[in-house]
Amino acid sequence: MVKTLLVILLSSVLVNNYVLNKFLGICPFLGVSKKVDQATGMGLAVIFVMLVSTAATWPIQTYLLDPNGLGYLQTIVFILVIASLVQFVEIVLKKYIPSLYRSLGVYLPLITTNCAVLGVTINNIKDEYSFLESMVSSLGCGLGFLLAMVIFAGVRSKVEDALPPKSFSGIPITLISASIVSVAFYGFGGVIEKLFA
Amino acid sequence: MTQAIINAVLLVAGIGLVASLLISVASTFMSVKVNEKEVAVRDCLPGANCGACGYSGCDAYAKAVAEDSSVPANLCRPGGASVAKAVADVMGVEVLESKPMAAFVHCHGDCFNNAQKEIYYGLESCAAAKMLYGGKGACTAGCLGCGDCAKACQYDAICMENGIAHVDTRKCTACGMCVKACPNKLISIIPLAEKSVVTCSNHEKGAVVRKECKNGCIGCMKCQKNCPAEAIKVVDNLAVVDYDKCIGCGTCVKGCPVGCLELIKI
Repeated sequence: MVKTLLVILLSSVLVNNYVLNKFLGICPFLGVSKKVDQATGMGLAVIFVMLVSTAATWPIQTYLLDPNGLGYLQTIVFILVIASLVQFVEIVLKKYIPSLYRSLGVYLPLITTNCAVLGVTINNIKDEYSFLESMVSSLGCGLGFLLAMVIFAGVRSKVEDALPPKSFSGIPITLISASIVSVAFYGFGGVIEKLFA
Repeated sequence: MTQAIINAVLLVAGIGLVASLLISVASTFMSVKVNEKEVAVRDCLPGANCGACGYSGCDAYAKAVAEDSSVPANLCRPGGASVAKAVADVMGVEVLESKPMAAFVHCHGDCFNNAQKEIYYGLESCAAAKMLYGGKGACTAGCLGCGDCAKACQYDAICMENGIAHVDTRKCTACGMCVKACPNKLISIIPLAEKSVVTCSNHEKGAVVRKECKNGCIGCMKCQKNCPAEAIKVVDNLAVVDYDKCIGCGTCVKGCPVGCLELIKI
């Protein structure tokens, strides 16, 4: 049991990294990765939202959509639920935990319609995970997102000091360095299964 | 078939209804009151988030002004007099005078004045250049010439010329980002009026400075003796101008043997 959960956690952090392997959530990955502290804030907010949305969407799929044969409504229902849930969480945070709102709040609207969050919830259903497994998988995906953001923010600050050729400066060199980081993460493929074999 | 469509519509509509109810209830019962004046003050501010007012950004300053009447309305330096007036109008307080200020680089050790001791091929960054024997110039207290201040400037007011930084006072808003960026702490925010300024920051003794830079202050005390307003003092071999006392007569500028004093023209 614990071993299965550990495999799910590690493989979703390293092997099936949402940003670097599945290429979901690229928009915040490129947009908010200019500084390490911003990237950390965004990553933490994503972990939080992924956990909350999985906790909400898994029961909806299992107890509401599947018994009624409405599984095909998954995407639209999940978007609806995640968007309203994030708005709700934002209001609650603003009222009761202002300090957390100040550090995460600005990133929450950005995440409302983030495809990485939707991807996590849909993939959890597709992989036929139990509720606990789904939660662990979302935690892993969020951690993977945070890891990718922080690593890339570090890479980006080095790139900005390095004065690339003029035609490459700005977005082009950012995309090229993102692809190199992504290739580096492919090195983890196959490691996790062997680790617990 | 019809039943399937109705079921699907009902389900999505139901979830949407529950979600909208949840949010509208939450926004009514858990709404946080935002001070109307705070929003109005924030709209007056330029939004540069430079921190020159002493607060962590425009939002923080707007909050401070709106909530605490002892916080003056004229702290926004990039905004200058017009923003000070707008903020004072919103808050209903008297308009305080806001003196025009600008950044000034206290070094004229350009490539003609400052002797070169090494050729630097590293990162184009003053902070990096300083770490390598204090930069390429013989004077290690002067402008490093890699333009960290120009990169920090949000208003494009600093340009690099002959290896040193120059501030365009027409574009400068005195936000102070360059002051923080300079590793040698050469830049200060000074009043934009006809005053004398020292164009050197080297504290070494006259003989040493002489060898390093033709423009360097040698601490001869001539300006201190000649100043009719007693506005200049030589501290640690470097002349320092008290801008409150300086009358802008130009006596010190004419008398300086190395030319490290300058009268600001407006």
